[in-house]
Amino acid sequence: MKPNKSVGIIGYGAYVPKYRIQNTEIARVWGNDPNLVPIREKSVPGADEDSVTIAIEIARNALLRAGIDPKDLRAVWVGTESKPYAVKPTSTIVAEAIAATPFVNAADWEFACKAGSETIQACIAYVGSGMAKYALGIGVDTAQGAPSDALEYTAAAGGAGYIIGSAKESLAVIEGSLSYVTDTPDFWRRQHEHYPKHGNRFTGEPSYFKHVVSSSKALMEELGTKPDDYNYVIFHQPNRKFPLEAAKMLGFLKEKVIDGLVSPYIGNTYAGSALLGLAAVLDKAKAGDKIFCTSYGSGAGSDSFSLEVTDKLADRKVKAPSVKSYIERREEIDYARYARYRKKIRM
Amino acid sequence: MDDNVAVIGVGLGKVGEHWEKSLRDLAIESIWMAFEDSGIDKVDALYVGNMSSGPFVEQEHIGALIADFAGLGPIPAVKVEAACGSGGAAFIEGYMGVKSGMYDYVLVTGVEKMTDVLPSKTTSILANASDRDYEAFHGVSFVALNALVMRRYMHEFKVKREDLSIFPVISHKNAPFSKHAMYRKEISLEAVMNSPIIADPLSLMDCAPICDGAASVILCSEKKAREFTDTPIIVSGVGLATDTLGVHDRKHMTTLSAAVEASKKAYKMAGVTPKDINIAEIHDAFSIMSALSIEDMGFAKKGQGTKMALEGQHYIGGDLPINLYGGLKARGHPVGATGVYQIGELVYSLRGDGRVDAERGLAENIGGSGATVSVCVLERGD
Amino acid sequence: MDVPRHWREQVRRYRLVGSKCKDCEKLSFPYRTVCPKCRSRNYEDYQLIGRGKIISFTNINSPPKEHKYNLPFAVALIELMEGPVITAQITDARAEELEIGMEVEMVTRKIMEYNDDGIICYGYKFRPIVEYAHP
Repeated sequence: MKPNKSVGIIGYGAYVPKYRIQNTEIARVWGNDPNLVPIREKSVPGADEDSVTIAIEIARNALLRAGIDPKDLRAVWVGTESKPYAVKPTSTIVAEAIAATPFVNAADWEFACKAGSETIQACIAYVGSGMAKYALGIGVDTAQGAPSDALEYTAAAGGAGYIIGSAKESLAVIEGSLSYVTDTPDFWRRQHEHYPKHGNRFTGEPSYFKHVVSSSKALMEELGTKPDDYNYVIFHQPNRKFPLEAAKMLGFLKEKVIDGLVSPYIGNTYAGSALLGLAAVLDKAKAGDKIFCTSYGSGAGSDSFSLEVTDKLADRKVKAPSVKSYIERREEIDYARYARYRKKIRM
Repeated sequence: MDDNVAVIGVGLGKVGEHWEKSLRDLAIESIWMAFEDSGIDKVDALYVGNMSSGPFVEQEHIGALIADFAGLGPIPAVKVEAACGSGGAAFIEGYMGVKSGMYDYVLVTGVEKMTDVLPSKTTSILANASDRDYEAFHGVSFVALNALVMRRYMHEFKVKREDLSIFPVISHKNAPFSKHAMYRKEISLEAVMNSPIIADPLSLMDCAPICDGAASVILCSEKKAREFTDTPIIVSGVGLATDTLGVHDRKHMTTLSAAVEASKKAYKMAGVTPKDINIAEIHDAFSIMSALSIEDMGFAKKGQGTKMALEGQHYIGGDLPINLYGGLKARGHPVGATGVYQIGELVYSLRGDGRVDAERGLAENIGGSGATVSVCVLERGD
Repeated sequence: MDVPRHWREQVRRYRLVGSKCKDCEKLSFPYRTVCPKCRSRNYEDYQLIGRGKIISFTNINSPPKEHKYNLPFAVALIELMEGPVITAQITDARAEELEIGMEVEMVTRKIMEYNDDGIICYGYKFRPIVEYAHP
């Protein structure tokens, strides 16, 4: 639940591609009711972007804030389900691009939408054990929903990454982290398939809500904290509704969710989702603020984190673009361009 | 050898899309045209100007190939490569072969067979003339490199696009007379201006066409030349220079320093100044290259390269008629052959083709975006 | 797929690493091992910051096929703040938005890919500078 040595976040970075497609545009193409769409718009990666390029920008932003020599990173871990190569690590390309090579552990992690938060928990352990001075964990995806499927409205691109170091160097100290995992097949993609399949309403109560709520409760119990102790809370955000619902079930006030709720503007960035919400909160938080964050990955499981912001955040957060600056940098594209960028037209 | 070097034979094959002819067919045709023109049928060495026989037709070792099939074996025969400047570079090698006294008669053949591959492959092959790892890798085509230079030129010297569009008009003006030219018709300024933009601000008609062609010339000493003709054409000065391969490394983006250097050398060797040049074959692969060439070979001040063109001085009858057989734009630009075509065309003009009475002219051949430039001054030897 | 040819350049391309003459301090990109200014061979790698301004640009409409996925795109000559001029693509900007003098910053993007089964080549591109807006 917590390492022997106290650790925290010393730098963080986020990235969201520039392009957006409106939910109403997707509804127009498939003849669905434009009034029943889940979010306003979602981010779409440019033709020259993929999980590698997004992770590189995230890593560079995290380094800008951390102000450390990349050679001091002992791990570059990338959690994603949209690896450009089925076989060949994403993380080695990222590590090479940020000059963290060669004495570094690099690996790609996969656990649907919680692959990113898993890397953070592993970084906590890696640094907390004293084996690494610093470790970088990134959650990133360029998620694809099958054309006309409900997921197409939200499957988006983006992510965030965190450099973990000692608590005394941290902009936010990690008070504890816990995982809650069961075998629950609510969403999957078989080998060589382009698009995932999912269990529709089965993805809700027995999947998302059960794991998010159980994991969150367990960590708060372990730490002896309660929802009222926290200024902000972030949950994995496949849409706008689920995180608000989870907050209600756990007893968090709605306004504590809003600052970290980015999915209405950019969609569900899968492994990047909860981590991007956390970055948006850090962009806003002040010293002494307490933050609670729980991810969710289908298959299924949740990782929960409890953090407290230090006075180092104020100086560091301005050293790289905020989540807001990426969200505001937008160019709307139509379904035709989206289909081309996402290689939905097979030639 | 103390004697001058002269051109005694010219063979310029028809430029175009030769679906039925191979690289060797084209080369051999021009060689035998040059033999007929000169009155000899044997030489001591062959220099072949060619840019990309490997990528275009998967054939290297074309010195031996052409010597073999032209019935010239076992003479020494090698390929000379300097991208689009291969022809001019091969000509200077041939010149040195005679000038050094090593050979009595030298054949220089420029050949390129470009139409056997699809256009997108041609684009990629031509981009090999740039820095493959640091220019072409980024998807920068040859057209794009010239567009980058053109925009910079327009920006630095406040030159309008239409001022540069005059160059294709000038080259095409002379094309109907040119039997070997690909496009034997005149074009209007409006046609150039209204042609589709392919790499802003460059339009389609700013660019010389992709085509096949081969040209040959035969060189020997002036003394030997006089055995064949009373009016040998003397090679009075040659110069070849290089510049940075990448446009980005140029000290001045809008100066062809290799043209400055090469022309200086050629003028010095010929004992002339730009004022003494009556006609010029300019490497107008792109309109912008014409303007830069005019400036950098000393015919105009920097930024004034379009002035004479706009005044009409580059037409026949003007102060410096250029591209009398259509230039690269109308004759066509079979890349590695172009430099030899230019020499042959200059010889035709100097011999007297009924249009100009010129004593001296130059041919300027550019390789790549200006990393190689050769300048040759030729004069009437009567 | 020319793997070694791309692999040996990739660090320079991912990070924008040029070289510096240890004798006269001349910076070069791409890297050189002989100084174009003083001819010294005393050279070292030099990490460039990745900011500069556009000094010329054009749009590409008919590139080699490895680049077609990205059409249309702009390329530019960019004068880096350290001095060297570099040829690179401009990304995340429409051609109409570009002008000479515009400030740009380096990002690492996909440059080209060899079909669906070949290697993916990443490298530097430049984009209009992203503002650091903070809530």
